[in-house]
Amino acid sequence: MSHLSTSERDRYAGITEEITRIPLHYPARLGWWICFGFALLLLLLFFVSVTVLFRYGVGVWGNNIPVNWGLAIANYIWFLGIGHAGTLISAMLLLVGAHWRNSLNRFAEAMTLFAVVCAGLYPILHLGRPWLFYWMAPYPNTMTVWPQFKSPLTWDFFAVLTYLTVSVLFWYIGIVPDLAAVRDRAKRRGAQIFYGLAALGWRGSARHWARWRQSYRLTAAIAVPLVVSVHSEISLLFAAGPIPGWDSTVFPPYFVLGAAFSGFAVVAMIAVVLRHALGLGDLVTPRHLDLLGKFLLATGLMTGYGYFAEVFTALYAGGIYEKGTLLDRLSGQYAWSYWGAAFANFVPLQLLWWRRVRRNPVLLFLIGLSVSIGMWFERYMLLVTALYRDYLVSSWGEYHASFWEWALYTGMLGVFLVPFLLFVRFLPVISAFEVKEALFTEEHHA
Amino acid sequence: MHEPLPRTEPVFGLLAEFDGADDLMSGVRKAHDEGFRRMDAFSPFPIEGLAEALGHRDMRVPWLTLFGGIFGAALGYGMQAYTNLDYPIIVGGRPLIAAPAFMLITFELMVLFAVLFSIGGMLALNRLPRLHHPLFDLEEFHLASNDKFFLLILSNDERFERDRTRAFLASLKPVRIELIEHTEEPV
Repeated sequence: MSHLSTSERDRYAGITEEITRIPLHYPARLGWWICFGFALLLLLLFFVSVTVLFRYGVGVWGNNIPVNWGLAIANYIWFLGIGHAGTLISAMLLLVGAHWRNSLNRFAEAMTLFAVVCAGLYPILHLGRPWLFYWMAPYPNTMTVWPQFKSPLTWDFFAVLTYLTVSVLFWYIGIVPDLAAVRDRAKRRGAQIFYGLAALGWRGSARHWARWRQSYRLTAAIAVPLVVSVHSEISLLFAAGPIPGWDSTVFPPYFVLGAAFSGFAVVAMIAVVLRHALGLGDLVTPRHLDLLGKFLLATGLMTGYGYFAEVFTALYAGGIYEKGTLLDRLSGQYAWSYWGAAFANFVPLQLLWWRRVRRNPVLLFLIGLSVSIGMWFERYMLLVTALYRDYLVSSWGEYHASFWEWALYTGMLGVFLVPFLLFVRFLPVISAFEVKEALFTEEHHA
Repeated sequence: MHEPLPRTEPVFGLLAEFDGADDLMSGVRKAHDEGFRRMDAFSPFPIEGLAEALGHRDMRVPWLTLFGGIFGAALGYGMQAYTNLDYPIIVGGRPLIAAPAFMLITFELMVLFAVLFSIGGMLALNRLPRLHHPLFDLEEFHLASNDKFFLLILSNDERFERDRTRAFLASLKPVRIELIEHTEEPV
């Protein structure tokens, strides 16, 4: 009776097999252990730098007056920006019904989670007394004072907390049906218990799916404006300050697009690596790389507009301090960060106009790497070049990141990589049921 | 929809297994036409219209989301207004209740509570997490997350009669039909 031929049914089973074999029978164990060992070393470095920071205070960093924000906040913005692409890919493409998202959304969301954790750690570590960060929360305390809700620092607290919670929940309810698939295939007792508990007893009931779908789509619909609000909020931290080079109306869209740009770069890098390491060539196809390349190019050009608008408004408005900051950016002491950003973000990017480049994993990886470095330069440039010379010559100064700032940054990559590698090893990295659903609908519409 | 309980019903239900989503869908439609109401379908991925075919119409999750959003926004704005009035700090002659400055946290909490209500409500209405279910006792049921499609008629359906329901399910030409026993101890 079934007009679904055996081979088509085998494809469903094949998809489940291809995805669930990764957590259950991990293919590249040696390579994984090498990466994980390296990530653990980075994590160790993180703990050492945090211990030093807690022991001696933020004085171990190069922050000073006038440059009282340095790598800490530049990295905060950088990490949070990387996180945003995961939500955008997942939520936005779900809402517009782009089926090709299914091969990318799971690991893009995981990237978001761990990037947001790294981002969230930075403002806390940047506080003079980080162990008191909970003072930012409005709780009835013995001092009978409340947080200052008109301060962007408190906005940060709520924005990052909300973003982290929403990302975790969105990712988790998206992974539950696949955890059930892994549970159903697990042979070892420990794995059965682990995946069994994590799958919450999911059994694929149509009523469950119906409510799940409502909830998943609504969360996605809310997550897209959330991304915009979170990064706009960060840019308001800058734009609300009367510092030349910051006080600009283009900042919110410029920051949001830059965030998406850097995030797509990292998603492209992760896609290339996972595809190669786990043999997922059938699921993450050259078409996916092609689309990621297009996204990268589009968001990159929009970020380029931000660069242009900054220069244009400074020149058009003609304020002497604005122009001074512009000149400092182009040719001052930190001109390397401006030109580094301009070069790394836009020159290699232009290769993506060619389809063959977009479909070439190695080139796409290298362009992604260049963009993530370039965006880091940009965040550094925005912070430091605006602060080191402001209105008064008497308050001009220099900023040099100290050893412990660099150590913390390097260690923070471990905070990102360790959980990400655990995710790759133990959880389904690609959404099996959504790939099947896409296959099913495609065949029905064909 | 209540599931049959061990102390009132002798068995849990009858389960039919299908190879394809279309077979399941037409089976569900026929069962609905036959008068069965207490039934459920299981599939490895969400199928458009399947829950509706079962007679499931539930808009509580979207309403909960909306309610959560309104609640969060009110909470966010109210919290900021309250704390500013409770411990007034007047800076530069600006108003204590500064709506523009409050909007960001109001928005964030609106989003936070909308999502918490949506997902929490979805799990609660689905009775999840649930560690065990009579269906998990069935040898083949693990294929529901792989490539098989199941139709379950619960024993507390008004028209449920073990032999006649089995005969009806057999008319749908499934791969197999299984009787699902209760696996929980009678209370």
